[in-house]
Amino acid sequence: MASKSKPAAKARFERHGLTDEQLVEILRIMLMHRTLEGRGFQLNRQGKIPFASAGEGHEGVQAGAAMAFQRGRDILVPYYRDLGLDLGVGLTPYEVLLSLFARKADHSGGRQFPHHYASKRLGIHTISSVLATQIPHAVGAAYALKVRGERGRAVLVTFGEGSTSEGEWHEGMNFAAVHKLPVVFLCENNEWAISTPADKQMANPNVADRAVGYGMPGVIVNGFDPVAVYAVVNEAMERARSGGGPTLVEAKCYRFLAHTTDDDDRTYRSREEVERRRRDDPVPNFERLLVERGVLTPEGAESLKKAVLAEANAATDRAEAMPYPAPADLYTHVYAGDHAPWR
Amino acid sequence: MAVSTGSKILNNVEAVRETLYEAMKNDERTVILGEDVGARGNVFLITKDFINEFGEQRVIDTPIAEASIVGIAIGMAMEGLRPIAEIQFADFIYPAFNQIVGEAAKTRYRSNGEYTCPLVIRTPYGGGVRGALSHSVSIEALFYHVPGLKIVAPAFPADIKGLLNAAIDDPDPVLFLEHKKTYRLIKGEVPEGHYTIPIGKADVKKTGNQLTVVSYGLYVHWALDAAQQLEAEGLSVEVIDLRSIRPMDRTTILQSVEKTRKLLIIHEDNKFGGIGAEISAMVAEEALFSLDAPIRRLCAPDVPAMGYAEPLEHEYMSSPAKMAQAMREMVTF
Ligand SMILES: Cc1ncc(C[n+]2csc(CCOP(=O)(O)OP(=O)(O)O)c2C)c(N)n1
Repeated sequence: MASKSKPAAKARFERHGLTDEQLVEILRIMLMHRTLEGRGFQLNRQGKIPFASAGEGHEGVQAGAAMAFQRGRDILVPYYRDLGLDLGVGLTPYEVLLSLFARKADHSGGRQFPHHYASKRLGIHTISSVLATQIPHAVGAAYALKVRGERGRAVLVTFGEGSTSEGEWHEGMNFAAVHKLPVVFLCENNEWAISTPADKQMANPNVADRAVGYGMPGVIVNGFDPVAVYAVVNEAMERARSGGGPTLVEAKCYRFLAHTTDDDDRTYRSREEVERRRRDDPVPNFERLLVERGVLTPEGAESLKKAVLAEANAATDRAEAMPYPAPADLYTHVYAGDHAPWR
Repeated sequence: MAVSTGSKILNNVEAVRETLYEAMKNDERTVILGEDVGARGNVFLITKDFINEFGEQRVIDTPIAEASIVGIAIGMAMEGLRPIAEIQFADFIYPAFNQIVGEAAKTRYRSNGEYTCPLVIRTPYGGGVRGALSHSVSIEALFYHVPGLKIVAPAFPADIKGLLNAAIDDPDPVLFLEHKKTYRLIKGEVPEGHYTIPIGKADVKKTGNQLTVVSYGLYVHWALDAAQQLEAEGLSVEVIDLRSIRPMDRTTILQSVEKTRKLLIIHEDNKFGGIGAEISAMVAEEALFSLDAPIRRLCAPDVPAMGYAEPLEHEYMSSPAKMAQAMREMVTF
């Protein structure tokens, strides 16, 4: 069985070595994550952008995991619901808004769906929307680190629990274990894959239990607790960086909103269920925790929220004013060099 | 092109082997991955002993999992290695379709040029070897629709070396098709030393002025046999070896058709939606009024596969005699 990280004792706050600054930074990322995704939905309702999606409920997983990522060394192979993780490794709100508005200055030149970021600067791989295709890419990248003898670097790859049904997920896990590669597989189990509940995806509710079948450690962690996620992912990344091989981490969370702006989750789950799960909302809960523990004053929390909103607003205005790609940009980057595609 | 000090006679297997060997030796970033490429040295012995010389970190016996053989190679390529992935037989490439079409071919495009995928996928294909349904397919038509991908299918040892070198050097993903019946059947002179042949350039293997034949793979050899036969009958046929399927050398085809005014396309894959369909459409668009006869395609029938039984394989495959007959009919049209 996968080991469960112990729930922190009520009275004690286990900060796993994180400083006050780091704890506040985790909260800041969570707030920015939620604010920018909300901005996407707003812009969609205003008719300014055709599509938005959100990871509300995933903030704790992502901000916690991002704290375990070493910038300039590690590689991130995310999936489309990872805005918080992308922000946490250095993506700026302006870059997020460029993606939402599909502007020319966006990383993909306005080609990709929102939240499909790539950045060599930050070590974020390019991904598609095709589920689980990123798993073997992450494994190949980890192989490159290993064959070059680059100790001290690791790959972090993420996916939803639904994606673990894909063959490429299994193939990637298996190969990584065979070669003891420096890669951490982080499952963000939000219990739903669009409208399909996890119990129709798999008979065993714990993705992490499968780790033993591949010959790697599997760990379950409460995804609403960013510090616990940090601790587990950090340990896994350290093991990977030091040649100890891969780990499968499963962070249990929940998707509070519909799958995307094109989905209506009332067609498959009750409002009662969603409301009940909302009580675990990691964003207000973590804010409260930091205030209770004196890491942040109430005023400090308020001004943090104000600063986040101001930055998001400035990024929105700045990105909206940027131009779209030109029609001629459809034809670039098909192949290297000055290839002129048939038309 | 060739900076050669001499040449030697190699068959197609040896040409692939020698080129791979040089790539492994000359560039540490090169890795070979696939099923049975290590200890066994590939089922056709193409990479025999490589593992001893280059080690099992660079010559990787993978699990039997084609989607991830390609997917992992994509990750390696994005991260600075120069992977050469092998699919043991083209018939087993379908699980990797997702990765080749959706991922490798779109890496550069979707990242606006920031990430690239310099990847070679080698695979033996084709029939005439009693391979039955799952050891004799042609797969090029399933992939040639895909921008972002390059596809080559050379038929001669010297072309194999030049094009495989070009594929390995190429900054984009290349599907490298090796006709397995030609592996030991076809021998030829191969220049020594490193040289490349540009991907996307066809080669006129025999000049003629009464008919243009376009083919690739094993059938180029049979078409050349047939064209020689016609030569003896006083009929002059030009044979173009496509060599590259994507990008396709439209110029060489059109120039030849302008000269001969007739076009016959021959391929082993079935006709519907095959490579010949694209060539015909292209010539019809660009050179219809240069034609003195309808374009003709000599291809496999529209059945799922060639059967194992000898008469079934024979019926599916063309032959130099059938090709000669089609050429005769076209020249005398
Ligand atoms: C290969 C593939 N099949 C289907 C889809 C359509 N699709 C998009 S998201 C999704 C659900 C994914 O669920 P999960 O992996 O749990 O991630 P989540 O969206 O819940 O974060 C599906 C079926 C897809 N993008 N790719």
